[in-house]
Amino acid sequence: MHQFLQQIFSGLAAGSIYASLALALVMIYRATDLVNFAQGEMAMFSTYIAWTLVNAGLPFWLAFLITLAASFVGGMIIERVVIRPVENAPVLAAVVVTIGLLLIFNSVAGWIYSYTVQDFPSPFPDRPVFGALMTTRDLGVIGVTLLMLVLLFAFFRYTPIGLAMRAAAQNPASARLCGIRVGRMLAIGWGLAAMIGATAGVMVAPVLFLDPNMMGGVLIYAFAGALLGGITSPIGAVVGGLIVGVTENLVGTYLIASQLKLTVAFALIILVLVFRPNGLFGTAIVRRV
Amino acid sequence: MEKRIAAPEILAEAPAAASASGWRWVGIVAIIVIAAALPFALSKYHVFELTMVMIYAIAVLGLNILTGYNGQISLGHGGFFAVGAYTAAILMHRYGVPYWATLPPAALIGFALGVLFGLPALRFEGPYLALVTLAMALATPQLLKYFDTWTGGQQGINLVKPMPPAGLGIDRDRWLYFVALVVLLLAIRIAANILHGRTGRAFVAIRDHPIAAAAMGIDTAKYKTLAFGTSTLFTAVAGALAAIVIGYVSPEGYSLFLSISFLVGSAVGGIATIGGAIVGGFFIQFVPNLANDISDAAPWAIYGLAMLFFMYTMPRGVVGTLGPWLMRFFATRKTAAPFAARRSEGA
Repeated sequence: MHQFLQQIFSGLAAGSIYASLALALVMIYRATDLVNFAQGEMAMFSTYIAWTLVNAGLPFWLAFLITLAASFVGGMIIERVVIRPVENAPVLAAVVVTIGLLLIFNSVAGWIYSYTVQDFPSPFPDRPVFGALMTTRDLGVIGVTLLMLVLLFAFFRYTPIGLAMRAAAQNPASARLCGIRVGRMLAIGWGLAAMIGATAGVMVAPVLFLDPNMMGGVLIYAFAGALLGGITSPIGAVVGGLIVGVTENLVGTYLIASQLKLTVAFALIILVLVFRPNGLFGTAIVRRV
Repeated sequence: MEKRIAAPEILAEAPAAASASGWRWVGIVAIIVIAAALPFALSKYHVFELTMVMIYAIAVLGLNILTGYNGQISLGHGGFFAVGAYTAAILMHRYGVPYWATLPPAALIGFALGVLFGLPALRFEGPYLALVTLAMALATPQLLKYFDTWTGGQQGINLVKPMPPAGLGIDRDRWLYFVALVVLLLAIRIAANILHGRTGRAFVAIRDHPIAAAAMGIDTAKYKTLAFGTSTLFTAVAGALAAIVIGYVSPEGYSLFLSISFLVGSAVGGIATIGGAIVGGFFIQFVPNLANDISDAAPWAIYGLAMLFFMYTMPRGVVGTLGPWLMRFFATRKTAAPFAARRSEGA
């Protein structure tokens, strides 16, 4: 029983990382109607920025804040330069472009930082708490994710710019008529998504260690989480991510060998799409003919 | 070389132009003659490289049928390539089946798996299918390692390269070149027949407007599954050929990189063309090798840049863009660009 609970809690810690990345995916999906395959690699790149800053001697949290700011700007630039031309293009073009972006980020990181695996410092001490049910590190990861969620919720709910962003995502034409700069809102959406991704990257790096291919598996789990929750629902993304994290941990401990991790994610994605294509919280997309 | 090989296929895109011009047949015969003479003018290694070009072309052709003509995006065709490769390898290694006899089972298994995969895929639209197939591409090496009693696990399977028939007087690599050439020509012929007929029009109609296609009486489920099966059949056969030619299979050879290579090759050559597959084959075979001389990271970077570049400037790829232009140049009377070439951007 103790081990079972332990697995659930460490699953929640992993799940909150998937949840963050899933949230980033959902944000971009809602704003621009496209699935960003490069989200994981963008997060990986942000994590390298944080790593460089920490290695340069900056205190961890300062480095983290600078990384968030850099990711925000980077995300906005990517939307403006790379994504804008294919925003209204067929799905295939958008998929190809984001895959292209994935490859570019991966190779640029490999080029600059090499493919050797790096240690990444954790801001949280690694001590068992609650009768060894979980570690302070897990607790810290979950805490940071929750804090981010609350901030995001407040941002979208209580700030004028958050309202404008929701309007731009929901009905671009009407939003534009109300004087909202839709293009700018989309860019901010990408910036925010990049920031959320960066948080996920920095949180996961101490566990997975830092290398350019770090996020491949995480991205697939995040996709599974986003789909499970419903790719149109931010709350769904978080719940889905957490469920996926716990499932992964339990399945890995009790059922299947861990070398089939990605296969589990693959099976999960298929199951969700076959049996509940809109996810747990998503709304069905009605298409006009 | 690339343009010459691509030329007849461009013409083949337009049945209307065919009757107008005897150039088409002149072109086809010329290319087959050149392709048949080429191995005797090149070194063994270059012959091997060209063999791989043709094999990749078959695989990309499979992807083009699915993604280009039917609009179902697959990022996991490396997985089906692996299925073909391991089918051939296991049959040859464990059961002593002669190499040529492994191609039909590989085709059959490829088709069956494609249809099986295509059934749930009916419910996945656009980016979702891309996602599922991406997950499949990532899971492929793991699965290959896991079932190690069959696949040989991490070590893979070493194969004995097949001998050419006695009395022909050519060496192994040149013989395999001709085997691949015959399969490629056959594949192009079959693909052209499917795509330029009723079935191909149904594929394209479903890609361009699934609801309108259904309203016109096209059984979309049937044709989408059929497109999937046909596509994976081609790719699995290519995989089997690759295993035979390379003489070795291992899980690392079928990573995400391979699946993405097919997509890049497809995008560069022209995703809704037949001739584009050959350009794609050249791209996949030569570009990463050249890039590797620069840095380990360079092949990925160049793939990524090529994807962006082609999507922004030439969404129809090399053949899809130059094709109609060349056709006008060669045709004796002007014909309209074929439907498929005009709408090659995909759904």
